[in-house]
Amino acid sequence: MSKLKGFKWKYYINYAVVFVVGLILTLMSFTVGLEQSTIYLLEKMLIAIILAVSLNLVVGFLGELSLGHAGFMCVGAYLGGKISLILADKLGTGPLSLIISLTVGGLCAAICGVIIGLPALRLKGDYLAIVTLGFGEIVKSIFQNTSKESFGGALGLDTPRYDKYTLFIFGFALVLLTLAVVQNLMRSKHGRAITSIRDNEIAARATGINVTKYKLMAFTVSAFFAGIAGVLYSFSNFKVNSYTFGYNYSIEILVMVVLGGIGSINGSIISAALITFLNTKLATILTGDKAVLQNLFYAVILIIIVIYNNSPALKGFREKYDLKKMFSRVVKHNDPSVIRDDQGKWARIPTKIPMDEILSTDVQPNQSTLKPDKSKEDK
Amino acid sequence: MDFITTLINGLSIGGIYAMIALGYTMVYGIAKMLNFAHGDIIMVGGYTIYVFLNMTGHPAIAIITAIIFCLILGVTIEKVAYKPLRGASPLAVLITAIGVSYLLQSLAQIIFGSAPKMVTIFNFGTKNIGGLRIQISTIVTLIATIIVMIALSLFVKFTKMGRAMIATSEDKDATQLMGINVNGVITVTFAIGSSLAAIAGLFYLMKSPSLTNTLGSMPGIKAFTAAVIGGIGSIPGAMLGGFLLGIVECISYSIPVIAPYTDAIEFLILIVILLVRPTGILGKKRREKV
Repeated sequence: MSKLKGFKWKYYINYAVVFVVGLILTLMSFTVGLEQSTIYLLEKMLIAIILAVSLNLVVGFLGELSLGHAGFMCVGAYLGGKISLILADKLGTGPLSLIISLTVGGLCAAICGVIIGLPALRLKGDYLAIVTLGFGEIVKSIFQNTSKESFGGALGLDTPRYDKYTLFIFGFALVLLTLAVVQNLMRSKHGRAITSIRDNEIAARATGINVTKYKLMAFTVSAFFAGIAGVLYSFSNFKVNSYTFGYNYSIEILVMVVLGGIGSINGSIISAALITFLNTKLATILTGDKAVLQNLFYAVILIIIVIYNNSPALKGFREKYDLKKMFSRVVKHNDPSVIRDDQGKWARIPTKIPMDEILSTDVQPNQSTLKPDKSKEDK
Repeated sequence: MDFITTLINGLSIGGIYAMIALGYTMVYGIAKMLNFAHGDIIMVGGYTIYVFLNMTGHPAIAIITAIIFCLILGVTIEKVAYKPLRGASPLAVLITAIGVSYLLQSLAQIIFGSAPKMVTIFNFGTKNIGGLRIQISTIVTLIATIIVMIALSLFVKFTKMGRAMIATSEDKDATQLMGINVNGVITVTFAIGSSLAAIAGLFYLMKSPSLTNTLGSMPGIKAFTAAVIGGIGSIPGAMLGGFLLGIVECISYSIPVIAPYTDAIEFLILIVILLVRPTGILGKKRREKV
């Protein structure tokens, strides 16, 4: 019982939701049977969730913009697809070869993450964004110009067909794995080091945090899951073509992260699923030149959300109409037996204090310590 | 002889990159933000030239309208999208800039469709100089870029507004304390950058007359590369970087083995430059302050 005291349900609610949804859909697919298009849509959603959560690790928690997420995905998709082609002759298309190719794809993307991250993470902000963008384009053009025998060249690589249901269950398992790794990383000592780099890199360095190590850690883990998502993508579409993984794809993932809330994992899950669903539904309504209305909509939403969430001028407005606070004001805990340990004065301490504020604080020397108490001395 | 032709081609592409990079480097140097939408203003300039050329038939009117329209657009974008975020985290500003870039691209596609438009403006033809066939437009691009570069340098050095720009790029807060309207300076910077983008759009149309809604995004990113290579914030550096990048691109295209990897090579140069000498060729080193 004492162990369960620290157990917080809100930390595990997303696993539970994903698990239950996965279970229901799996049962449905075996008993009622799902349509081919529904399964394809679900796979796309799962891929988007993995991508958004892993990008959120870099954008939300490390605080750096990576525009090369599609590049890591591309590496994973091609190498995982190639391995599965080799394995298909020997092991067939069972779960074992699926696991091996997922691992290989993820690891290759992670290695790419280390290779590009080691030098690039000395940079930050706009420069890092441009370098990762460049990395994505380099990867794209390398795979485009490979020979037909190795990676299919401009026509793309055909991947073996796996059983639809296996892939779909694997997708859910991988989403759970991504959540487990990312959330546990962020709640550990390493996660706190990563967020401290986001908040103030110089202060973090001064406290003895190995900035390069933690930056590289976040970058590599993010690349690993992007690679895994790439492998899933290649099996879900039966084909990999490097044209897909351009700069626009990276932006699309970024839109999911921003809409869900930068730094919020649950937000990323919801917005990734929602945007993928909307994209597929809108694609049937908006055809031809109208399809671009969708991009226009996303662009406007992106701008509005970022300005609303970050503008210094709107700070007062945001605090006044904070949805979370308004909600907590409505739902009051009247039960006196419920002790809310995170309420009270500790809740009001800002977690993110700007450096200027710390430096500008006038430290008033305590008068009583400066003046020795003479009355005591006399005695 | 082939090599010299390649070089001249490189200078003509480099001129376009240099023109875009001049705008980039000014905005980056002063507002300290990467204006992703800069490349798309080139595209807007191109479409404006197309519309007014069809309407009036006078190239001069079309060009002047395009410059004015881009200027207004650049200032509007700055006021609406970037100004509310002054003082916010660089990540937020960068994401907004990407959003604006997307917005302009999709608006252009809604208005003009996705099919490329053909625009013929100023067909100067070619000239033989010492056995070399040179397009006159190449020479025009080169001369115009150099004139703009010199004019900008003089403007920054000798006018009051130019001095205010240098001051703003050095230290925004101190400049404000000196009684300079920093917001006004940034607006003027955006106005100059956007009108240069319109001119770059004109040069782009002179080189390749097909007009699409994603015309500006690749040259925009490459021009940023050029600005970084030359040293961000430095006006002669932007021009130098633009020409260098143009020449590298043309040389790489002329060698069949590495021709498909041209874009990759350019980005590789960017990565190497950023790692070896992050301040670029002509940039000054700045210490990071807490």
